[in-house]
Amino acid sequence: MKHHINFKVNGDEYSLAIDPWRTLNEVLREDLNLTGTKLGCGTGDCGACTVMVDDKTVSSCLTLAVSVDGKSVTTVEGLAPSGEELHPIQEAFIKTGAIQCGFCTAGMEMSALHLLNRNQSPTEMEIRSSLSGNLCRCTGYNQIVEAISIAAETMKGTEPKKEER
Amino acid sequence: MRLPKFEYFEPKTLEAALSLLTEKGSDACVLAGGTDVLVKMRNGRLNPKAVIGLQGIEGLNNINFDPSKGLSIGSMARISDVVSHPDVLRRYPALSHAAGVMANDQVRNMGTIAGNLCNAAPSAENAPPLMAMGAHVTIVGPTGARHIPLDQFFRGPGLTKIEASEIMTSIFVPLPAPRSGASYKRISARCGVDIAAVCVGAMVACTEEVCSEVRIVLGAVAPVPMRASKAEGIIQGQKLTRDLVEKAAAQAAEESKPISDVRATADYRKKMVEVLTFRALEQAYERAMKL
Repeated sequence: MKHHINFKVNGDEYSLAIDPWRTLNEVLREDLNLTGTKLGCGTGDCGACTVMVDDKTVSSCLTLAVSVDGKSVTTVEGLAPSGEELHPIQEAFIKTGAIQCGFCTAGMEMSALHLLNRNQSPTEMEIRSSLSGNLCRCTGYNQIVEAISIAAETMKGTEPKKEER
Repeated sequence: MRLPKFEYFEPKTLEAALSLLTEKGSDACVLAGGTDVLVKMRNGRLNPKAVIGLQGIEGLNNINFDPSKGLSIGSMARISDVVSHPDVLRRYPALSHAAGVMANDQVRNMGTIAGNLCNAAPSAENAPPLMAMGAHVTIVGPTGARHIPLDQFFRGPGLTKIEASEIMTSIFVPLPAPRSGASYKRISARCGVDIAAVCVGAMVACTEEVCSEVRIVLGAVAPVPMRASKAEGIIQGQKLTRDLVEKAAAQAAEESKPISDVRATADYRKKMVEVLTFRALEQAYERAMKL
């Protein structure tokens, strides 16, 4: 039996009838065509599928879509809603060369947002620790860590947008 | 790979969840954070026809600290909420530490301490500190509630005393005794995310100069998290000296029953039991002296 769910993605309201065994990752990518969020391991180890549910990062591959009924989801597409002006985290990733193949990037950026929403001036150790659930096989992480510390500087004093909380 | 097909229920009350569980029998599975259950379903180790999500039950995610009794952690409280809870940080630093170093942010934001216990991995990170602090769990079934001391809860890898018709509703950790302290130490190949190769929880309570109560709990070195009771016996009622703590640590290694696997060899695990038991006792004692 399909379940009816109402939830927000990047501020937009959606109302869907979905099978209970489908994950949030599948529904985002296949039903809503939000393919910025990737699917890596499918077991919560790699972090490529990281999105925010309400104000916390989760692995969308281990989240049943039925369980986000009434909740608010933010994906990497929500970082730059206009599609033109990029988020300071994204700008910093480009600037430092923190993107190579790009597969981990969306998840990395969501973890970065989760960190910077809670800690405006993270230390290098805090940045590294916040990325412990996100694997990158290209960069060696240094550029990503650098990007997040640059983004922290840029974001200081700017109000977090509502839907990002 | 996709999840196998199942029916999903999200009852609003514990009573409704229990009757669903009874009605669906062994075909049903209770879902808390999903970080273990959905992985098992994905790789075919679990194939329930009905999944009963507990997130709609009000109050099950509460974390309450009563200064006269202790800490109660609802079975749907997320690990990250336990880690950052001010009373847990202040009064139960060993638990906050253990829960905070397990897995990663995403898993801690989804997973629950109760789920970690019910999954009953020999390496369950929260089991040693909770057992060391004398925790018990509350399990509710069709005939009512029962309380089980955590050190009697585990039956084997993946096996617990919880029956198919029962749901864990909370974990209770008693108020730390005056002049007592607890500690949690772990080791794994990588610093974070990795499952512990060895983990140790310890609790020491002192009266005057003597150690009046001690608990040493070893994780990932036996089929279930285990008390090192002979090691405890070495310290119990004695004045804590470096020599005695070293003896107890060696005894803990002696009574551990590790296996060799992908994370460590049995020999290495035994050595690490000794090292970590020493460090855990040392820190627990330091904390006891500070209170």
